[in-house]
Amino acid sequence: MFSFLKKKDRPSALSMPDAADTATSAHDATSAATPAATSWRDRLKAGLSRTRAALTTPLGELFSRNRIDEALLEDLETTLLTADCGIDATQWLLDELKSAVKKNTLESPSQLRQVLADRLTTLLAPLEQPLDVTAHKPFVIMIAGVNGAGKTTSIGKLAKYFQSQGKSVLLAAGDTFRAAAREQLKIWGERNGIAVIAQESGDPAAVVFDAISAARARNIDIVLADTAGRLPTQLHLMEEIAKVRRVIQKIDVTGPHEVLLVLDANIGQNAVQQVKAFDQSIHVTGLVLTKLDGTAKGGVLAAIARQCPKPVRFIGVGEGIDDLQPFRVDEFVEALLAGPENAAA
Amino acid sequence: MLDNLTQRFGRVVKNLRGQARLTEANVTDMLREVRMALLEADVALPVIKDFIAKVKEKSIGQEVIGSLTPGQALVGVVQRELTELMGGASVGLNLATQPPAIILMAGLQGAGKTTTTAKLGKWLKERQKKKVLAVSCDVYRPAAIEQLKTVSAQAGIDFFPSTPDQKPADIAAAAIDYAKRHFYDVLFIDTAGRLAIDTAMMNEIRALHAQVKPIETLFIVDAMLGQDAVNTAKIFAETLPLTGIILTKLDGDARGGAALSVRHVTGKPIKFAGVGEKLDGLEEFHPERMASRILGMGDILSLVEDAQRNVDQDKAQAFAKKMKSGKGFDLNDFKEQIGQMKKMGGMAGLLDKLPAQLSQAAQQAGSTVNDKSMNRLEGIINSMTPTERTKPEIIKATRKRRIATGAGVSVQEVNRLLNQFEQTQKMMKQFSKGGMQKMMRGMKGMLPGMR
Repeated sequence: MFSFLKKKDRPSALSMPDAADTATSAHDATSAATPAATSWRDRLKAGLSRTRAALTTPLGELFSRNRIDEALLEDLETTLLTADCGIDATQWLLDELKSAVKKNTLESPSQLRQVLADRLTTLLAPLEQPLDVTAHKPFVIMIAGVNGAGKTTSIGKLAKYFQSQGKSVLLAAGDTFRAAAREQLKIWGERNGIAVIAQESGDPAAVVFDAISAARARNIDIVLADTAGRLPTQLHLMEEIAKVRRVIQKIDVTGPHEVLLVLDANIGQNAVQQVKAFDQSIHVTGLVLTKLDGTAKGGVLAAIARQCPKPVRFIGVGEGIDDLQPFRVDEFVEALLAGPENAAA
Repeated sequence: MLDNLTQRFGRVVKNLRGQARLTEANVTDMLREVRMALLEADVALPVIKDFIAKVKEKSIGQEVIGSLTPGQALVGVVQRELTELMGGASVGLNLATQPPAIILMAGLQGAGKTTTTAKLGKWLKERQKKKVLAVSCDVYRPAAIEQLKTVSAQAGIDFFPSTPDQKPADIAAAAIDYAKRHFYDVLFIDTAGRLAIDTAMMNEIRALHAQVKPIETLFIVDAMLGQDAVNTAKIFAETLPLTGIILTKLDGDARGGAALSVRHVTGKPIKFAGVGEKLDGLEEFHPERMASRILGMGDILSLVEDAQRNVDQDKAQAFAKKMKSGKGFDLNDFKEQIGQMKKMGGMAGLLDKLPAQLSQAAQQAGSTVNDKSMNRLEGIINSMTPTERTKPEIIKATRKRRIATGAGVSVQEVNRLLNQFEQTQKMMKQFSKGGMQKMMRGMKGMLPGMR
């Protein structure tokens, strides 16, 4: 169960078969900040290792103690809280652990760790639902989020990801508000050789409408629609994005086929509020968790799983164009909990 | 802004109310609640621990002075500590150097550096009549330079062009040279967003800092940041000699605990707060106001100021007299009350300034009490004769019908008004029994900030 670090021989779970090959060519253009990267698997490890280091140095110490006592549980609570798990999820996990300790008369802290991994997996498992983009054509994906969450960058990476799966992609520059957002998307389009539909100014809904029409005409598989960042408290902007969704439905009654909310892993408990608010106005169907390569631990997923579960489609673990990967619970949990000393417990 | 934290504290105070004195036990209970509230608000755990320890030390054994309830006494301590944690009085920008005064902007990706650069530039240009130049050293993110160019134009400040194939150090040197030769007062150097653990990028900004020797090095922080804010801030503060912090996206519904964490870890003042998408959405940061707000004290100070300005002192005294006597409170007074309420910015304005738990209660109790219905009440009273106003008991069916037609409402609404009035009258009588003092004591229980 904890052999994540040793699973080198396992077939590529994240189904990016020849990403490593295509990556090297694309990387030259993009990796201004990333040193020459090797395969995505190493990058995932590298990205999450910082997460792991931050979370598991104390955890490794915790689980190597001699017995389970109040102090251990309290320290565990601290660790979970510091990982942004939130009070609700932390309390739930601790209660589960306590009852497990009672019921099964657990002795050693390493058993406790097994239970914790187990419960975390149970909690997060419903969030693992890979995105199936074959159901419609064009498959319209709408991207939303607060300011600075990483929407446009995620779109660039998503476009690359879908391309590597042999899909044709079209980008819609629906962020008509922020300065140079359109140019940013255009540069991403150029890097990937993807058409970007943009208008000089005006209504985001109109841009997206245009893009979908264009995608139909050009027989494109996937449309990625960018939107401007907005805080859920700005009601007029939430109204505006709801309109984008309505207009998509007007041109394609089945659409949008996916509404992705981009969340910054650095954000704390407000992420829960964001999911709820955006869900209310545009019916979020999936999440993208970005910036996991920092020291932030992404524990907020546990809080989301408890309070407003939505499938987590992708996680971003680096600045390179290939550093956005589908979310896998077992790997995420293992990466979170795996201490170097007992990786193969 | 930060309303959730305010609500949490409101509940904490409610729990403590009615207990006789500050004991170890009830303080511990309350502090546990405070800890939870701060955690929910994303204040980093180490910061909370420090804070709680301080409050505990100062509160236990605290004499409960005069008419204060123990809860109020504790809230007093918590507020003082909170204000202190957030940095005492507000501090402005330091531009006292040989021009150009260089301001370096640093922070994580997506914190809002570029937008804040433009906001601050506009602020300096308009408020302090400075000649401002902005330059972008973000050669990494696509179109970042373009973004600064556009927002600079919107803000009406000058922009020094750069291109992604240049080195940040070269860009900065050229910009400084240009600023010197064209007599700019202030030069903003916008940098790329970077993760604190990205050693290469942190070294780059350290070198840039050493090269340009800015008088202000501002750390831009997203108010929504979670527990990790503390780690990020620590590394940034170790890498760069920060001189201040700017908190962005404070208009969201994030609880803003990051403000406390970052301030605590870096020890640097929070100088400005970004509120809103527009380029004038920048406020000077007021720690004491923030602390009061967090504690659910609402903006009581400005409410009191409003009241003094708008309510006629003589009328208020006459009214107080009537209230004390419990007699003679008639529809004229009722109307007067409504009028005064309107002067103070209407129901909505009033609720805004009340502490969280009070305004919540008011909203729940009187979802019907909005400004529109207040206007209507006034209209109904206006349709009554002077006799009717002083002696409401003479209003019977025919008079009601006449008043209703006069005010353009239904008879039911006239009835509702009379009921409301009767209730108010009853309340006044109750107050008069206990006298003014009892009433004020009751009010104090409701307003934790009142002494």
